Amino acid sequence: MTLTEDRARKNPTPSVRRRTDPDPAVRSQGGQRFLLLGLVLASAYSLFPVWWLIVAATKDRTGLYQSNGLWFSGMHLWNNLHQLFTYEDGIFLRWTANSLLYAGVGSLGGTLIALATGYGLARFDFPGRAAVFACVVGSFLIPIALLTLPLYLLFSEIGLVDTPWAMLIPCLINPFSVYLAKVYTEATIPFELLEAARLDGAGELRIFVSIVLRMMTTGGATVFLLAFVNTWNAFFLPLTVLRGEENWTLNIGLYNWSGKRLESGVDLTSLVLTGALLSIVPMAIMMVAMRRYWRTGVTLGALK
Amino acid sequence: MIHSLRWKGAAFTLPFQLGFVFLYLVPIGYAVYQSLFRTQQSGLGLGGASERFSGLDNYQQGLTDSAFVSSILRVVLFACVQIPVMLFVSLVLALFLDALSSRAASRFRILLLVPYMIPGVVAALVWINLYSPDVGPLTPLGKLFGADWNFFSPSMVWPSIGNLLTWHGIGYNMVIIYSALQAVPRELFEAARLDGASEVRIARSIKVPYVRGALVLTGLLSVIQMLQIFNEPALFRNVTPQTVNDSFTPIMIIYNQAFNAGNYHYAAALSVLLALILGVASFLFYRLTSREAD
Repeated sequence: MTLTEDRARKNPTPSVRRRTDPDPAVRSQGGQRFLLLGLVLASAYSLFPVWWLIVAATKDRTGLYQSNGLWFSGMHLWNNLHQLFTYEDGIFLRWTANSLLYAGVGSLGGTLIALATGYGLARFDFPGRAAVFACVVGSFLIPIALLTLPLYLLFSEIGLVDTPWAMLIPCLINPFSVYLAKVYTEATIPFELLEAARLDGAGELRIFVSIVLRMMTTGGATVFLLAFVNTWNAFFLPLTVLRGEENWTLNIGLYNWSGKRLESGVDLTSLVLTGALLSIVPMAIMMVAMRRYWRTGVTLGALK
Repeated sequence: MIHSLRWKGAAFTLPFQLGFVFLYLVPIGYAVYQSLFRTQQSGLGLGGASERFSGLDNYQQGLTDSAFVSSILRVVLFACVQIPVMLFVSLVLALFLDALSSRAASRFRILLLVPYMIPGVVAALVWINLYSPDVGPLTPLGKLFGADWNFFSPSMVWPSIGNLLTWHGIGYNMVIIYSALQAVPRELFEAARLDGASEVRIARSIKVPYVRGALVLTGLLSVIQMLQIFNEPALFRNVTPQTVNDSFTPIMIIYNQAFNAGNYHYAAALSVLLALILGVASFLFYRLTSREAD
């Protein structure tokens, strides 16, 4: 078991590694050069906005408005960070903590529920199973507005609007996570193993906790990562259900700051850019730390 | 024993089922219910508001609301341009990667995926500043070549948003198409080469038809997202409210009706309409594109 699991981990998409030599005809130098040129240009297009953001975050106001955007002029990053963290009594830190809380706790709960559901759907035949799965797939097509507006009304009736619960509760139910969990269960949990465990007298809950969850660490990590990214990126839901700025997420905070200039004439561009750069950092850390998981996740995402 | 096993299996899905009822079915039912009512001001607005059943009036109003209809047409028209461009670029890059050695391919793949790692709101903020005539490098760059472009003007705002979405989406779509390409049996290429087919011909006649399924899926996902576009225009509205007004896209109208006009009933009806349109659009897209593949 560990061997196959290990192999699956090292080689999440086996076909990707199969070939090492390029196709013969493209070995011709002109062809390769053309390909490389195209890819280098595309990479430059992909990277230059990020580069610009990094450079901009190191400039003070005059530098931002007057110097060349693609190169440094003076090192004011620390000053900018200091301003960012002290502006309005450090509200930016509060937003960061909120985002981490919603994305972290919400995704963890959502992942556990999704794994249980995916396992139930993939490995048991119960009446109504097809209907549950139809709900999962069908919900991919439901527009966010159709869910979020009535949810806002319902939450406001039970007094949840403007509390962290308004963000956390919706994270618990994520049909796409359930779909992924089902696919992963089908790929990693053989029926025979479950039968053997049952013959040994293990209860269903025990089987799930000590066998299934353990074998599903790769799948679970992918589900968690994608849910985390989703919540971190969420915009419409927090904009709708969070009114007071002490509960806002980073996204809503940055959105609000970026609108200040037209609204009240306060130019927070420098803070917005430094904050934007910082809000990428947790995402980058997650992505790098879990690189081998999310690549399979992205590919599976296509099945949605 | 088998019987009890079934119910135990169902129990694993119970938390999800309960949550789905409360977070999906009840809200949708509530939205449909709300959409059938209207707020009526009694006694010249002094006697307070009362809810009155109005049947399908909200729907009728929505279907004849020129702002709503034109916001949908605007988004559909935009989707017809941006999605094919994005998918074409993603396909070309995936074909390029596929022709490289796998080590070189994996390096470029990571670089091209960097935008996908940037949160959508941050991506929009960055591009808005790149476009900005005050701080962005693109306006001086245009002047260098004698072009005096304004990325926030009415004629430029969709191309500006389109470029942002394309930049953000290329990597993701490319990875999906690329992994579909990797699954094509290599023997096919050898056979075609022996028959004297050129690389371009092989790409066009073997590789592209093989990844059609991936293209349909990425296209469908993009269509669904596009009809619900909100974040990017909302952020653009922060810098250029004259061009990006509050009824620029369908979701912006719905949000505005609900929270600025306080007209939940109408907003609910518009959300249901949008859901129906989304369903029909996805169905048509799927039928059209998969028939082509036959």
